[in-house]
Amino acid sequence: MSDASTLNGAAAPSGTPSGTPASTAPRDFLIGKSRWKPAEFAFWAVAVGALFALPDRHLLLNEIAILGLFTLSLDLILGFAGIVSLGHAAFLGIGAYAAGLLTKHGVSEPLTGLLAAGALAGAVGFLSSFLILRGTDLTRLMVTLGVALIFHELANRLDWITGGADGLLGVAPGPIAGLFEFDIFGTTAYAYSLAVLFVLFLLARRIVHSPFGLSLRALKDNRLRAGSLGIASARRIVAVYTLAAVYAGIAGALLTQTTQFVSLEILDFARSADALLVLVIGGTGYLYGGLVGAVAFTLLKDGLSAITPAYWLFWMGLFLVVLVLVGRDRMVERVRGLLARAVGRRA
Amino acid sequence: MLTILFDGVAYGMLLFILACGLAVTLGLMNFVNLAHGAFAMAGGYVTVVLMQRFGVPFLACLPLAFVATALLGALAERTLYARLYSRSHLDQVLFSIGIVFMSIAAVDFLMGSQQQIVQIPAFLRGRVEILGVGVGVYRLLIIGLCGVLTLLLQWALASTRFGSQLRAAVDDARAARGLGIEVGRIFVVTFAVGSGLAGLGGALSAEIVGLDPTFPLKFMLYFLIVVTVGGTSGLTGPLLAALLLGVTDVAGKYLVPGLGAFIIYFVMIAILMLRPQGLFARGSA
Amino acid sequence: MTVASESSIALETRGLTKDFGGFRANSDVSIAVRRGSRHALIGPNGAGKTTFVNLLTGVLSATAGSVLLGGEDVTRASPQARVRKGMARTFQINQLFADLTPLETVALAVSERLGTGAQWWRRLGTRSEVVDEAAELLTRMRLGDVMTRRTAQLPYGKQRLLEMAAALACRPQVLLLDEPAAGVPEDERHEILDMVEALPAEVTVVLIEHDMELVFSFADRISVLVQGALFTEGTVDEIARDPRVRTVYLGEEVVHA
Repeated sequence: MSDASTLNGAAAPSGTPSGTPASTAPRDFLIGKSRWKPAEFAFWAVAVGALFALPDRHLLLNEIAILGLFTLSLDLILGFAGIVSLGHAAFLGIGAYAAGLLTKHGVSEPLTGLLAAGALAGAVGFLSSFLILRGTDLTRLMVTLGVALIFHELANRLDWITGGADGLLGVAPGPIAGLFEFDIFGTTAYAYSLAVLFVLFLLARRIVHSPFGLSLRALKDNRLRAGSLGIASARRIVAVYTLAAVYAGIAGALLTQTTQFVSLEILDFARSADALLVLVIGGTGYLYGGLVGAVAFTLLKDGLSAITPAYWLFWMGLFLVVLVLVGRDRMVERVRGLLARAVGRRA
Repeated sequence: MLTILFDGVAYGMLLFILACGLAVTLGLMNFVNLAHGAFAMAGGYVTVVLMQRFGVPFLACLPLAFVATALLGALAERTLYARLYSRSHLDQVLFSIGIVFMSIAAVDFLMGSQQQIVQIPAFLRGRVEILGVGVGVYRLLIIGLCGVLTLLLQWALASTRFGSQLRAAVDDARAARGLGIEVGRIFVVTFAVGSGLAGLGGALSAEIVGLDPTFPLKFMLYFLIVVTVGGTSGLTGPLLAALLLGVTDVAGKYLVPGLGAFIIYFVMIAILMLRPQGLFARGSA
Repeated sequence: MTVASESSIALETRGLTKDFGGFRANSDVSIAVRRGSRHALIGPNGAGKTTFVNLLTGVLSATAGSVLLGGEDVTRASPQARVRKGMARTFQINQLFADLTPLETVALAVSERLGTGAQWWRRLGTRSEVVDEAAELLTRMRLGDVMTRRTAQLPYGKQRLLEMAAALACRPQVLLLDEPAAGVPEDERHEILDMVEALPAEVTVVLIEHDMELVFSFADRISVLVQGALFTEGTVDEIARDPRVRTVYLGEEVVHA
């Protein structure tokens, strides 16, 4: 949690660079935005360190890494392109079933499964992206929700392939690249998920700091002006939506491979809502929001489920309501203020 | 065949009563309230509790369900919703999902997760022949009741002082305040009536579609369809959309059981693509 | 019409008409703007100036008639395509990227013009031709000292300058200026007007303006729109002396002021 907040702190000045001296060369200013900050190194060092320091929590850590990747993919469309989706679980589910079925039918090498799952989810994402180009926030909500429901229904009806409500049993992935076997402690699983997350994070980080990434932020900010600068918004949105679908598909595949199971639950509305919640906990639009949120969310869920296992949903709902009533920005600021004061006292 | 049509119309009428409150909050006031179904569920459970624990007859439960949910709606509007009218759609979505989750968990805690059974009285369970078509008495009652309510609503919105004040308040709250209209009071009454109708719908629908804690999620999309496909310019659009949805859903389940849900989702997406303003919206104003 | 005269016209409309339901917002408007000229479009409130600009830029599609840019018919082209063909605009009400800096805004426009705006593998700021051009333009537009501040925090006058800088970064042949000094406080106004005066001579400028002082000092030709139709057109002197313009427009303007 504590390194989560320093990350937030490090990311904040990029939104309000009023403190930047006027003499800063423009080139350095632009490049500086994509330079690695100390808190980022610290974050990944902690993530890798957990592999050695917390050997008995690898299953939980693996869950966090996958949720982080799924939420990162939602951040790409919501935080950077401003598209609200209530059906992101569709791509998670497509990836999960693709990897599961592939493993079950003979292709048990996990990396191959990841690529196939990402490609399939990406293809569906590409096709459905044309549905979200028009209309308002509300129509996009409905269309993304509708697409997710279609896939939920599809997985339900095709029960001779998907196992229906019982789920796909007996998914036994082989060793990764023929070298690393999965173990019951989740050690290989966490290392594998973390590695995949890191690689995809690096790619996402590069993309958001590129001219393409800048144009997405511009589109989110003011689409009318973006168009009047000659930006063909539709293509950019199709591209980023497809990319996000690939990421979500890979997250789904990781989930299937590391838990050796997939069921209809993966396409539930609650999955899409979870991702939104995780993202707003961590904050949108700076890439770490999904990861930080995944840590906080999973620990919170773990803790609260231990107290009242059945009513986790209630606490999550209450959290959302309070979060919105207090104000998402203000909440983050307050937490940051508290931490700053705590750190100040210690010093 | 005609029986299917009849059942579909009854179902559609029910959907309209369930969703018409949303047609006002979402359609006119532009508040994305995904938790509308929670109020419907509340009405359903009020009926269940009154009937099972206190032995109140079914028909007497209906007005009580309306009143109880309306009060709940008024309370929620004053304490929570009123603060969020001017927020972003994302905030409204997050907030109302939170309400949905809380209501599901709370009902689960209080009432258990099993399907609740609402026993309608014997005289409503029969069937009668009308013009050679066998129709359920209960569905006939629903059509009649919802039909009357619909006419009443249309009249209230179009021809009463309250209706014109509401339209003015929705159009431009500041200007309406300047004209001496108590915007806050108008909104709370509107929200309460909308919630109350949803509660009534919840009570009526328990026998037809079942009632369990996941009700708000299961019907969320249906309510949204009624409003967005129907268009936001009045109540006629949502009514037609609800009837269309009801008939399609019932017909789909009887005639092509494997494809029912798909048809609705595909048609919804297609309509939203072709007519983002809604199927029955008037031109591009 | 000869080829030579064709190419000397930078922007032309032929019978441009727009209906909204039963309401005709623009009716059969035909104008021709010479290359390099300073052409003003005036008219009382509700005369259809905004609709006309939206038809020119492609935000609205015309009911009838056509728009020609450098002799090429762009009536069916998308707004983005028209920008790439050399038409840029500013907005009467600021349309800026509140969360971006002026440097990012202009660099974005330059990258789009150079066709590198969709590159996802390259870090921002590593193309010196983009950064240098953006910085140079911003400095020229008196935004050099604030180019790394968040746009939403800039004073209004600076935001108006950024409106122009963003449009100029597209290197337009035709620049549509929609009331460039609208809402700017008196003491910042001269800065905007200086910049309008200093626009490159080869850029054709269409000025949509309410402020007659600015129009008469800046424009060489004036078109007057009244009730959606072209009322008259002429040189500054002709329009200033036209008694009909005085009655339908200037008179009303005095009353307004």
